[in-house]
Amino acid sequence: MRDGAGLGLAVGLYGAAFGAAADAAGLNLWQTVSLSALMFTGASQFALVGVLGAGGSALAAVGSALLLGTRNTVYGVRLVPLLQPRGAFRRIGLAHWTIDETTAMSLAAPNRALGKLAFLVTGASIYLMWNAMTVVGSLGAAALGGTARAALDAVVPAAFLALLWPRLRSTFPEAAVQRRVAVGGAVVALALTPFVPAGVQVIAAVVAVALAGRPRDVDRPTAAEEMA
Amino acid sequence: MSGTALWAAVLAGSLGCYLLKLAGLSVPAAWVEQPWVARVVDFVPAALLAALVAVQAATSGQDLVVDGRLAGLAVAALALALRAPFIVVLVLAGAAGALVHVLAA
Repeated sequence: MRDGAGLGLAVGLYGAAFGAAADAAGLNLWQTVSLSALMFTGASQFALVGVLGAGGSALAAVGSALLLGTRNTVYGVRLVPLLQPRGAFRRIGLAHWTIDETTAMSLAAPNRALGKLAFLVTGASIYLMWNAMTVVGSLGAAALGGTARAALDAVVPAAFLALLWPRLRSTFPEAAVQRRVAVGGAVVALALTPFVPAGVQVIAAVVAVALAGRPRDVDRPTAAEEMA
Repeated sequence: MSGTALWAAVLAGSLGCYLLKLAGLSVPAAWVEQPWVARVVDFVPAALLAALVAVQAATSGQDLVVDGRLAGLAVAALALALRAPFIVVLVLAGAAGALVHVLAA
């Protein structure tokens, strides 16, 4: 329960930060709200507005959002035994809430019934909180002056760093390899910036995944462990 | 960018991200759980998020620039290393960015 409240607060703040970042990138309120309601996966939303804000093309923006969205596919695979969605309609509904937080909460539950409940409760509360705070952030940012804009400009990269940080901590599986890939991605992106259209360097940074090397012959960690 | 192009990005990106979620609940697990696929998916977020950190903090169009955003990022990294709560990280980064903006003006 305490986990849930802490999660709700963090998600609310992220939602407001996203709304503000989207406004700074030139999206209007309806476009911003549509992203939170329809895309509903934070890192991809941040990536989309981040690339657009940097002057990138729509194609580059969508491409980086999709690349970050691939991890939700893996979450879905892990959730099938737990949710056991019967019929196309259940699947279509449950898919929309298949994100980092719902996966972590439901896989951490002690049994299948509680896991399913955790998925639905976490999904519903995050969906409401995320969308409401997106509106607050978007409207709030529109009212800002020059110095507050500079503050907001500095908040956006910090928010990306906060998304990245848990993957670099020593408790994360293969943290050293994650760090190597992260440094590689940043170097590739900066090196390409003067030579490619804005946004393309972000997608090109995916080549840094090659630094991870071959798959290891070890048991794969669960999503719950990854998120801990 | 025109409003139409922004809407196209919003809707196409949303549809694509939804289909990626739906695919996980729909395709046979063996397709996704091949070692190479799993390996790539495990590390794509690190590469992309780090690229976004770098681009958002240190570039403007096609130029590499140093301004308040980099100061904000450094402060954020320090706060994260000290396990500060998320809101504190963002507030400190914003304050650092605003301070540099005021001092440089």
